[in-house]
Amino acid sequence: MAEERYVMIDGNEAAATVAHRLSEVIAIYPITPSSTMGELADQWSADRKPNIWGSIPHVIEMQSEGGAAGTIHGALQTGALATTFTASQGLLLMIPNLYKIAGELTSTVFHVAARAIAAQGLSIFGDHSDVMAARQTGWALLSSGSVQEAQDLALIAHAATLKARVPFIHFFDGFRTSHEVMKIVPLDNDDLQALIDGDLVRAHRQRALSPERPVMRGTAQNPDTYFQSRETVNPYYLACPGIVQEAMDRFAARTGRQYQLFDYVGAPDAERVIVIMGSGGETVEETVLALHAAGEKVGVLRVRLFRPFASERLVAALPATTQAIAVLDRTKEPGSAGEPLYQDVVAAISEAIAGDAAPFATFPKIVGGRYGLASKEFTPGMVRAVFANLAEQRPKNHFTVGITDDLTHTSLPFDPTFSVEPAGTVRCLFWGLGADGTVGANKNSIKIIGEDTDLFAQGYFVYDSKKSGSMTISHLRFGPAPIRAPYLISEADFIACHQFNFLERHDVLATARDGGTFLLNSPHNAATVWDHLPRPVQETIITKHLHFYVINGTRVARETGMGARINTIMQTCFFALSGVLPHDEAIAAIKQAIAKTYGKRGESVVQMNYAAVDQTLANLEQMSVPDHVSSNDQLIAPVPAAAPNFVQRVTAEMIAGRGDQLPVSVLPADGSYPTGTTQWEKRNLALEIPEWDPSICIQCGKCVMVCPHAVIREKVYDPACLDGAPEGFLSTPAKWREFPDLLYTLQVSPEDCTGCALCFEVCPVKDKRNSRRKAVNMVPQAPRREVEAANWDFFFNHLPEVDRSRLTFSSVKDSQLLQPLFEFSGACSGCGETPYLKLLSQLFGDRAMIANATGCSSIYGGNLPTTPWTHNREGRGPAWSNSLFEDNAEFGLGFRLTIDKQTEYANELLHRLRDAIGADLADSLRAGTTADETTIYQQRQRIDQLKERLTAVDSADARDLLSLADLLVRRSIWIVGGDGWAYDIGYGGLDHVLASGRNVNILVLDTEVYSNTGGQMSKATPRGAVAKFAAAGKQLPKKDLALLATEYGNVYVARIAMGANDTQTVRAFMEAEAYDGPSLIIAYSHCIAHGYDLRHGLDQQKKAVLSGHWPLFRYDPRLLDQGKHPFQLDCKAPSIPLSDYLYAEMRYRMLTQSNPTEAQRLLKLAQEDVQARWKRYERLAQSDAPATTAAGAGQ
Amino acid sequence: MTQPDLSTTYLGLHLDSPLVPSASPLSRNVDTIKQLAEHGAAAVVLNSLFEEQITMESHLLDHYLATTAESSWEAQTYYPEPDEYVLHPEQYLEHVRRAKEAVDIPIIASLNGVSAGGWIRYAKLIAEAGADALELNIYYVPTNPFVSSAEIEQNTIDLARQVKESVTIPVAVKLSPFYTNVAGIAHQLAMAEVDGLVLFNRFNQPDFDLEALDVVIRPLISHDGDGEALRLPLRWIAILHEMVPIDIAATGGVHTAQDALKLLMAGANVTMMASALLLRGPAYLRTVRADLLAWLEEHEYESVSQLRGSMSRHKVAEPAAFERAHYVRTVGTFTMPIPAP
Repeated sequence: MAEERYVMIDGNEAAATVAHRLSEVIAIYPITPSSTMGELADQWSADRKPNIWGSIPHVIEMQSEGGAAGTIHGALQTGALATTFTASQGLLLMIPNLYKIAGELTSTVFHVAARAIAAQGLSIFGDHSDVMAARQTGWALLSSGSVQEAQDLALIAHAATLKARVPFIHFFDGFRTSHEVMKIVPLDNDDLQALIDGDLVRAHRQRALSPERPVMRGTAQNPDTYFQSRETVNPYYLACPGIVQEAMDRFAARTGRQYQLFDYVGAPDAERVIVIMGSGGETVEETVLALHAAGEKVGVLRVRLFRPFASERLVAALPATTQAIAVLDRTKEPGSAGEPLYQDVVAAISEAIAGDAAPFATFPKIVGGRYGLASKEFTPGMVRAVFANLAEQRPKNHFTVGITDDLTHTSLPFDPTFSVEPAGTVRCLFWGLGADGTVGANKNSIKIIGEDTDLFAQGYFVYDSKKSGSMTISHLRFGPAPIRAPYLISEADFIACHQFNFLERHDVLATARDGGTFLLNSPHNAATVWDHLPRPVQETIITKHLHFYVINGTRVARETGMGARINTIMQTCFFALSGVLPHDEAIAAIKQAIAKTYGKRGESVVQMNYAAVDQTLANLEQMSVPDHVSSNDQLIAPVPAAAPNFVQRVTAEMIAGRGDQLPVSVLPADGSYPTGTTQWEKRNLALEIPEWDPSICIQCGKCVMVCPHAVIREKVYDPACLDGAPEGFLSTPAKWREFPDLLYTLQVSPEDCTGCALCFEVCPVKDKRNSRRKAVNMVPQAPRREVEAANWDFFFNHLPEVDRSRLTFSSVKDSQLLQPLFEFSGACSGCGETPYLKLLSQLFGDRAMIANATGCSSIYGGNLPTTPWTHNREGRGPAWSNSLFEDNAEFGLGFRLTIDKQTEYANELLHRLRDAIGADLADSLRAGTTADETTIYQQRQRIDQLKERLTAVDSADARDLLSLADLLVRRSIWIVGGDGWAYDIGYGGLDHVLASGRNVNILVLDTEVYSNTGGQMSKATPRGAVAKFAAAGKQLPKKDLALLATEYGNVYVARIAMGANDTQTVRAFMEAEAYDGPSLIIAYSHCIAHGYDLRHGLDQQKKAVLSGHWPLFRYDPRLLDQGKHPFQLDCKAPSIPLSDYLYAEMRYRMLTQSNPTEAQRLLKLAQEDVQARWKRYERLAQSDAPATTAAGAGQ
Repeated sequence: MTQPDLSTTYLGLHLDSPLVPSASPLSRNVDTIKQLAEHGAAAVVLNSLFEEQITMESHLLDHYLATTAESSWEAQTYYPEPDEYVLHPEQYLEHVRRAKEAVDIPIIASLNGVSAGGWIRYAKLIAEAGADALELNIYYVPTNPFVSSAEIEQNTIDLARQVKESVTIPVAVKLSPFYTNVAGIAHQLAMAEVDGLVLFNRFNQPDFDLEALDVVIRPLISHDGDGEALRLPLRWIAILHEMVPIDIAATGGVHTAQDALKLLMAGANVTMMASALLLRGPAYLRTVRADLLAWLEEHEYESVSQLRGSMSRHKVAEPAAFERAHYVRTVGTFTMPIPAP
């Protein structure tokens, strides 16, 4: 065989490279963690990479996974070789089509990065819940356990399906395999050609629907024949396992890599065997080999083909000596007799024994266990625990491993330190910040090691849940022996900390091995750094005898023009210290990687990185470690002592990265969590924070309004409230006519601020003596941190909130005195979405119910450990929930229906109990309007009275009314989501809810792209913008969802942009809430995916409006009653060229850099779109009011 | 009578007329270049390739690709990355090539460098792309008080020499008027074998927005009848003509045939236009050309070359008019406008 060539790629790329080359039609839809496969396929086709038949596959993005499955079904029925990629909820949406495609015996492969299913909470992480939910559809399920297998079995699946005519789901573990970078042997086109039988391809084509030989498929069948028809497919399923094995054998003959339907590894005379599939099989296999070498009679049976389940082959693959079997499932089926694989194994062995076909002397003990849900670690220690369980006289059945279950005591104890990694494997951990480029550099490093040396290598990258200031931990392994180890590094030879301040809060060296190396990016040099280290860090360095190196990478980066990116510098240090390559070779390899990665971005970028490499080693110093500690600083607690009990016990542990150790009993059983928890995190991300200058502030509230993180706030209060204020706490007379004697303070929370500077940018005031200064100015955080934190504490906890009934909500100035009930989210610094949500929470938060579509807003809104949604001092605040991505409008409508029904019932009960509770109270409660804050307050007083009286009434009606009394205050229903939801996947539902006429408010946070999954095109993406799945620029204009909604006539519609017109924004929210019918607000939301410094987000919003890209309007059906036209334009005709707006953003500029001619063409068309739309709007706004009134407005 | 001959030579190029659109947004687009040619442009100076812009674009692209990447489980990147970008200078070079293909008239590329290496490298690439000539756009606002004027001038001259030595196409230098001795630097550039001077570069001067207290940058557009703009090049061209053996392009404030005539009489080989064409569109070239012909016919000139330099400093009755004394006279003849009632 020719010398093996290797590549370093991840599982997604491994599978996609096969799928793309073996397909003609590919329909895609983004969903984590499979999105990368679709993105690559789209990119390859855009780059004109052909399939093995020399033709470029057509790739189309659909509006949902359901749409993708339908499209693929159609493509298959018409004879194409077609594929798609998905995961989790996406696969669930495909299930109806899966039945059809299988029922019609259609050859295809869907590649799935297997992921958990949302239950008590959503999870993007890997397990088999999704594929298990598809196991009954009639599809073959083929499981890969590693990156190499993700490629190899992808090909085997494509080869087998053509012959078997059974469609295949080829799956591998989300993230653990889909995102693990591993050294693998690639398959070339000849390999693919060798496995794919051209005759079978043509046979597939021949079965296509064609008017030349018409047949009909998809009949409706009666009781007389449906049943028999279902049985017609049996021969295909019976033959399928053999066909797969044959493909595996042909593959082995060509590549030398032999797979079996059930791969057995371990002692030939094993007594204890684990049955498992997926990446966990790698862990079990390496543990089995180690235990077997130590004399234990253990083995593992790795399941490749799970459906069709070849029972006899499974039994035959087990050693006859088997006495005890543990079947491990990476899924949970609550209420079942056992998880799916377990049940199948039990059935297979039972049938074999009953049929005298089993090789075993006695019926083996068979137990089932769950492991690894949602990427929970699965390690050799856990494997050993499972084998230990099997050695018991009565092994625990239906166990769990990897967690502590102190509730129903299912869990097995395990030794987390047990390791089977081969000697010689070097394990390295890198702590970095999202924006500092650590992960990118480590991907390059592991690629260099994997592709430029004989060593084997593996990289896996862990992120936290925040979109701003997120921490990353890179796990790199390399060594002379092949690496399995699909789990995190628990003992590291090398640890690099790329951000000095991580040491304050994280036990960065916890996993360092004795005698290992510690590299620190430090503002202090080797001579002075020691005294700046926290005590636990000093202790660990001494007791573990670490070799300690420092470099001021931040300074080198600054001096070489790299800005905040220290990646290249730290990478150079890593190579210097690890010695994996000789010095000169390492430098050459790094530079080569730089040229490859950055070359296309321009020569000066390459040169800048080269300079950083060249200047690194002179700045790298080894510190001679003293033998004593000098610091008294302990690690900063994850939350302050004042945090509530749950936050201390549970949330804090998650924040500290110890969530894995939380036992079952402390977690809520139904997924309900307390709100108001981000306030305890104090992430201290900002380098600069705003400082208030009361002498020139006009108290307009604009800075408060735009702050994405609600960290800059204002209050007006009685001067007496200042008792106990910290020294230097600033205040000034309030500039409100209504509050002549009150004081005003604008205060920043220094430890929650992310330093985005939007407040500074929006401030309309300039110092008359120095035009650079405004009423808020950005100043370094560190020197102000302590003082401002004390000021904030006083402001936040001691100054009273303003009496809501004294404010005019529709004014920007007044609205910003309202307490935000959405604060300190993990959204990106400068986020354009969150100011709208915060405004919603200020205006209506204490009576709001929010249905939130999956996406950015559900992640920064609801991703554990904390939530920004909070409550006021009375304990009231938004009630928030996320159902799914696709159903959010319907979900929120459900809220409305409940509220309407139960309010009606409460009123009925009031009537029934009128005498018991007093006619006056009952009547005033029924009549009580809650249109404004004063009447809401009065109604709440009455409700308190009602509750008191009801406790004295002993009847079912009284108890019912007590349970419903709070509904007598009008609830504010909000349906919130992004454009991916509203324009694409949820559009059908949204449309139906608009058409329902029910009183719901829909807020679309329109970033014009799928932001959460990494910038894929939606139907909100404008013409000419580059997005994933629109690499060549979006060809068609953005859907005008706002205008479409006006067509109903009875829907309140507003298109808003806070940065362009904040007054219109506030009005739109007030009008939408007041309108007794469906309301739709489409809010321009600048986004990190637009590609510019978001501190200029508000300027861009202005330009979006001035250029006519985003005309502001409101459509208020109530205006008909006044004889006016409901359509009101809130902006002037376009006054700047569209290009002035577009080319400030990289999403548009990119096209001018990748395809200038096309960029020019699309710009011209987009400019024409603008003119045409404006004309249409003008006509609408100027036309006379329609004669008819809005039919069915409201209920 | 035969029609007067409008042809002229500039940088060794034979041109049909002295009417040349100068570097402006108009020449960014090949379609507009075609229109300019159709309407009678004798040559076109392309918009400038700015080395600073090349670097900035690369770094912006790199910055936004890099700093948004690898920070989140779900969004490991936010943009598709094409196999390659057509960044500057490739984009500019492609523009040169396409402009050359589109029209028959000479294409003069324009370059604004930062580093000595950059000037030379990009000049060579532009020449290879097929430009007929190259204009070096010396667009630089020195703000460092510790660098002497002599140093800056010497840098300019060295650079022009190096570029000239590294390419075979003709090279012109576009200067600002802010030299203590314009004649001195013009002479030294001529000695460096530069083929032409373009007089003058009009920097975009910052302005203030009094309401917003912001500095605003607006393109400096001259207007018809804006004599001020014209008079600066007029003076210097008249002085330099025949004093320095070098071709001269006049630029700044040319709106009408009369404007062009004056500059030609001062000694310009070509008169370049930007503002007038931006304001009135490429077709306006026809008007200027027709007016030029009409004026020459009316005044019985045979050709442009006949009048070129006819009112240079050496050929006017009052050469001192171009020198300092002139200032006094101008002020002396200035009439105070009568305030409106």
